[in-house]
Amino acid sequence: MAPAADRPTRHRVRIVTGVLATAIAAMALFAASPAYADEVDTDTYPYRVSGNVQLDGNPLEDVELTVDGNGITTVVETDAEGQWAVGVPERNVSYSVTLNEDTLPEGIAVVDETSETPNVREAAVGAGGRVTVNFFIGEGERNVTSFFDQFVQRLVNGLNFGLMLGLAAIGLSLVFGTTGISNFAHAEMVTFGAVMTLMFSTLFGFEIWLAIPLAVVMGAAAGWGLDAGLWRPLRKKGVGIVQLMIVSIGLSLTARYVFQFFIGGGTIQLPGADAPKIPLFGVVSLSVIDMASMGLSIVVILVFAWWLLFTRLGKATRAVSDNPSLAAASGIDVDRVVRVVWVVAATLASLSGVLWAYFRPGIKWDMGAQILLLVFAAVTLGGLGTAFGALIGSIIVGMLVEVSSLWIPADLKYVGALGVLIIVLLFRPQGILGRRERIG
Amino acid sequence: MDWLQILSNTGSSILSPATLAYALAALGLAVHFGYAGLLNMGIAGFMAIGAYGYAISILTFGFPWWGGVLVGLVGAVIFALILGIPTLRLRGDYLAIVTIAAAEVLRLLFLTTAFDEVTGSADGLSGYHSSFRDANPIPQGTYGFGPWEYNETQWWVRIMGIITLAFAILLVWSLMRSPWGRVLKGIREDEDAVRALGKNVFSYKLQALIIGGVIAAAGGIVYALPSAISPGVYVTSLTFFVWTALLLGGAATVFGPVIGAVIFWVIQTLLSNVLPAMVQAGVLPFMSSIQAQTLRFVLVGVALMLIVIFRPQGILGNKKELTFVK
Repeated sequence: MAPAADRPTRHRVRIVTGVLATAIAAMALFAASPAYADEVDTDTYPYRVSGNVQLDGNPLEDVELTVDGNGITTVVETDAEGQWAVGVPERNVSYSVTLNEDTLPEGIAVVDETSETPNVREAAVGAGGRVTVNFFIGEGERNVTSFFDQFVQRLVNGLNFGLMLGLAAIGLSLVFGTTGISNFAHAEMVTFGAVMTLMFSTLFGFEIWLAIPLAVVMGAAAGWGLDAGLWRPLRKKGVGIVQLMIVSIGLSLTARYVFQFFIGGGTIQLPGADAPKIPLFGVVSLSVIDMASMGLSIVVILVFAWWLLFTRLGKATRAVSDNPSLAAASGIDVDRVVRVVWVVAATLASLSGVLWAYFRPGIKWDMGAQILLLVFAAVTLGGLGTAFGALIGSIIVGMLVEVSSLWIPADLKYVGALGVLIIVLLFRPQGILGRRERIG
Repeated sequence: MDWLQILSNTGSSILSPATLAYALAALGLAVHFGYAGLLNMGIAGFMAIGAYGYAISILTFGFPWWGGVLVGLVGAVIFALILGIPTLRLRGDYLAIVTIAAAEVLRLLFLTTAFDEVTGSADGLSGYHSSFRDANPIPQGTYGFGPWEYNETQWWVRIMGIITLAFAILLVWSLMRSPWGRVLKGIREDEDAVRALGKNVFSYKLQALIIGGVIAAAGGIVYALPSAISPGVYVTSLTFFVWTALLLGGAATVFGPVIGAVIFWVIQTLLSNVLPAMVQAGVLPFMSSIQAQTLRFVLVGVALMLIVIFRPQGILGNKKELTFVK
């Protein structure tokens, strides 16, 4: 972040509270700590990260801290005793704890000569499941990463997130375009990809580079199976669009709880999820996983675009999406095209699920449902039923979510994207690339 | 297995505040979807508005309980206006996406630590009961028989819930046989035809959204009456469960939502008692009791699919009343 040389020498570091990472010591501390610390999610999750923010032994109230990682982003404020605690779902993993220096009194900052970013600490939750994180607080210059640097870092993260959303959104949009279904179960295809990767890598012990392609193949098979076993019979039966939408909701509920049945309610990490970040240029640093994820998304999207634009089947898909009756009259086998669309959508969604599992990071039974509305927002923004619109919409939504957390609290970052969804419907309901007649 | 206890719990669920709350929410949804044809997927948002409006006005502003109820219901009117004015002109599935997004925005706003002092963020709210319980005319003691034996506070919650439900049923029943209700059903059948007759379709839809929303918010208040409010309740799953209850009973009927909610909760309670007991008895050896609890939600999803495919009109409904079945 900000170069250490620019920072003026810190003087009079008056209080130094240590970091205790051993479980036993943490437990002992807890036994002594009063029960009225501001606690968030401590009833929800079994393990906890906590601490005490003090200056010269005087507690600091209303200091904001964010605990991030393994699928949670929790914001907590210290109470009158300067204490805080956050419940976390996992142990034997690390969480990053960020102290928001803007909420400290004037002229006070987190000071630590040994760290580039003293207001961010890694909290390793050990086997005991509890860890205490304290910051070195004293008078000094705040560690400020320039606004522009933060902006660039978020933008790059947002691009990564957006490409991942795009993989899911393209499928949702194609399915809507060709069949008219707002498929709420698409989120569960996303989770399915991640769960299959988990099955192949952890349960069967395959290497991750083998597990991911196998999971995506399973995703394609699931897409084929769902069309053959559910959607095609319903099409033949002539079931209405609204009914199909509600069926997809039922399917979504079923699949979601089936995942919970097998993997439980916790978060499980894939191998390699804790890869270190490598500084690239300026302040931007990405892990190998992040770079592979972005590269993979771009390659897959390019292949998909080529398929949609230049192959016979791709052209047929666009024709069906445009006007199914006309396409059928021109000799296109609409049923076959729809089958292919379901398979493509499921394949892209499962790949997106694998990437989402690394981005969050962690696999959870409702991980797909967490991004479903962002995907819907992206698809609506781009234009329902258009594949490339969905991609553009996803990148905008992904960047917006990441960048907006510069101004709004981290736990509200999805609100901005959902707000965009509502604003788009107000002023341009057909989206960026959509056509007016679709909106009815 | 202790069948007597299981049956007693199951019987008790017929009168539980959760059942009454689901019945009210499903009735509100019947006005939206069954009668007006609006695909509202944000019913959990309306319930959250009712519950939080009630609790916040009591805890933060010191209102009496009936003041809290009024705030909750007025909140639902405002939410319906904010939701309806931009979106009711759009096609049905857009409305579904917007309403589900709006409900999630609402939930995230109640969940964030930014407003912790008012909303209690992840911990939710509790301790808002004194005003409501002070108004209880029932003398202290335990009343009732069999599974339906409750103390005076529990009865007070249930009686007020039943009165609210009865009033809502009467309201919906009389509205739907009035000229207003016929116009609304006409909009559901063919919007353009009604517009051609000179009716303001948008205004009718907005009125339906408000009325159904207020009934659902009343459901949210009843849900909050017995114990506490937790933001984890008002997730999209709640919306889907209310939809299941509605479609089970019959979307375009007055009593369907009530019957649907009762059946939904009776089966849920039965399964939540029976499945873990079966695991303990070794009948279901391949799962743990936590998995057995998850299984009942899987069954809700399967039931929802089967109902919509094979009996979309529900138990009480008339298939001719359902234009969503093409």
